Amino acid sequence: MKTKTKLQASGQPLSLGRRIIQFRELYLFLLPGVLLLILFNYLPLYGILIAFKDFKVKLGILGSPWSEPVLKYFNRLFSMPMFPVILRNTLILSFYSLLAGFPLPIILALLINSSPGKHYKKIVQTITYAPHFISIVIIVGMINIFFSPSTGIIVNILHKLGLMSGNLEVLMTAGAFPHLYVWSGVWQSIGWNSIIYLGALSGVDASLHEAAIVDGASKLQRVIHIDFPSILPTIVILMILNSGSIMNVGFEKVFLMQNSFNTSMSEVINTYVYKIGIKEAQYSLSAAIGLFNSVVNFIMIILVNQLSKRLDQGSLW
Amino acid sequence: MKTNRQKIKASGSDRAFDLINILILTLLLLLVAYPLYFVVIASISDPKLVATGRVLFLPKSFNLEGYKKVIQYSPIWVGYRNTILYTLGYTFVSVMVSMLTGFALGQRKLPGVNLFTGLFIFTMFFNGGLIPTYLLMKDIGLYGNPLIIILMGAVSVNNIIIARTFIKSTIPGELFEAASIDGCSYTGYFFKIVLPLSKALLAVLVLFAAVGQWNSWYNAMIYLKDDNQMPLQMVLRDLIVIQSAMSSSTEAATVGGDAAAQVYLVESMRYAIIIVSTLPIMCIYPFLQKYFAKGIMIGSVKG
Repeated sequence: MKTKTKLQASGQPLSLGRRIIQFRELYLFLLPGVLLLILFNYLPLYGILIAFKDFKVKLGILGSPWSEPVLKYFNRLFSMPMFPVILRNTLILSFYSLLAGFPLPIILALLINSSPGKHYKKIVQTITYAPHFISIVIIVGMINIFFSPSTGIIVNILHKLGLMSGNLEVLMTAGAFPHLYVWSGVWQSIGWNSIIYLGALSGVDASLHEAAIVDGASKLQRVIHIDFPSILPTIVILMILNSGSIMNVGFEKVFLMQNSFNTSMSEVINTYVYKIGIKEAQYSLSAAIGLFNSVVNFIMIILVNQLSKRLDQGSLW
Repeated sequence: MKTNRQKIKASGSDRAFDLINILILTLLLLLVAYPLYFVVIASISDPKLVATGRVLFLPKSFNLEGYKKVIQYSPIWVGYRNTILYTLGYTFVSVMVSMLTGFALGQRKLPGVNLFTGLFIFTMFFNGGLIPTYLLMKDIGLYGNPLIIILMGAVSVNNIIIARTFIKSTIPGELFEAASIDGCSYTGYFFKIVLPLSKALLAVLVLFAAVGQWNSWYNAMIYLKDDNQMPLQMVLRDLIVIQSAMSSSTEAATVGGDAAAQVYLVESMRYAIIIVSTLPIMCIYPFLQKYFAKGIMIGSVKG
């Protein structure tokens, strides 16, 4: 800051053109990123037009006629029998994921943080991070293998314990899909998601704990009255950010876990866009669904960011 | 007296707390580790014993048939080669772009810096969606071109923010002013000072980019068509997701006789594939663990 004013004082203020030339190297630094951004993020925006057009591949985006009425594909979308289904499935998966997946990493972080063994801590961390690095393909493959109707380990264990006989139908039961989806997700990300809370916990002032020990507070009391309140701001912010993506259930895992038996529970907005867009080439309708989803996500993120900004100022200091 | 009693009570409850803590953590550790452990022991055991539930805690009748099958199955190695190339290319492009952009956007005096920052941030909030992107890629000829795997998603706004915050907070701006008086350009400064001082940041960015690309298949499924260009994960998807969905429905009918042996062998091959494809990353990440916290903290809190 100090040097900045010194430098500015030493020379005359430069014209914008001069300043741009002075910083030309930095613009060159920005060039690759900006080019990629235009290619993959901005040019496609123009293709959103096809949601309002009767898109024909031969005529191109500009050449295709506007649909009559302009919102034809949106009307069709909202009157589709599939629409409430994919909306409901999307919301079920994201709320369930949030409900199960959000509190557990916090508890894990609190446990690790207050655990007595140094080496044991490290081992727990290393092992629980591991599933994060496994690909979705492998995770879904493991689900399929483990829950395989006659040879999977789950059915074998159930047989051994005498809890079940015959085949296990979990993979073919639509009602089981959300549980498999959510809990495999918890398994995969509980460790990784605890990192941020562990980071926040490492910043807790040690003198607070010392003072509490002098006052005779037990470990449990210290976790509840010192550790938890110190990471509460982080929890609130992450909670808000997570709820911003409530309409955005990732495509990949749902798509891989889909089979002909569970589509009634597993068809979500993103997989449906793929199906009718890429597979059936109903480009305009599919783009309309995509746009609907993008707009809802956009509104959610803006709302959530406003909220977190307000809380950030209010609750941290 | 009273304080004495309190102390004893407190330490007693602390011991209980520690015990319960260790118990819960151990239970959790087993829940997370067992599936991974089971894949390992299942991959080196007799497939028939695995399929009938006789392999639970230790490998039984050591058997590498699954691995042999995997090694003989050439699409896996084509996929492996492609994935290595994609991962190297993507990681290089993505890390370079993140560093250059993050560095430039951190220079407050750069005219238009807020405009550029806004341009990048906006893409976090809104995108064209699958279909418009797909149609555009078909139009400009990137559809079916392996280059798309390396370039698409190489701009990660999250990583750019991580890079910008890291550089701003660890390398004082005065350093550049000192260097520029000695005649150092931005380019020289970036390569000679910023990059060498950002090793922790580079470790995080490289790890995130490499793992992401190693595990990705979605772009390949949408934008590639040639089997010879498919990354490992697409090959795996065919082998362990699609086929096991198929075999699940036919399994009941085919158990018994040679067909059963065939099913068992395929299962054992799947375990081996999981190991073969996941091992490289499993071996690397523990060494980079100390950087995770840093990367995640910068990315989410300050972003």
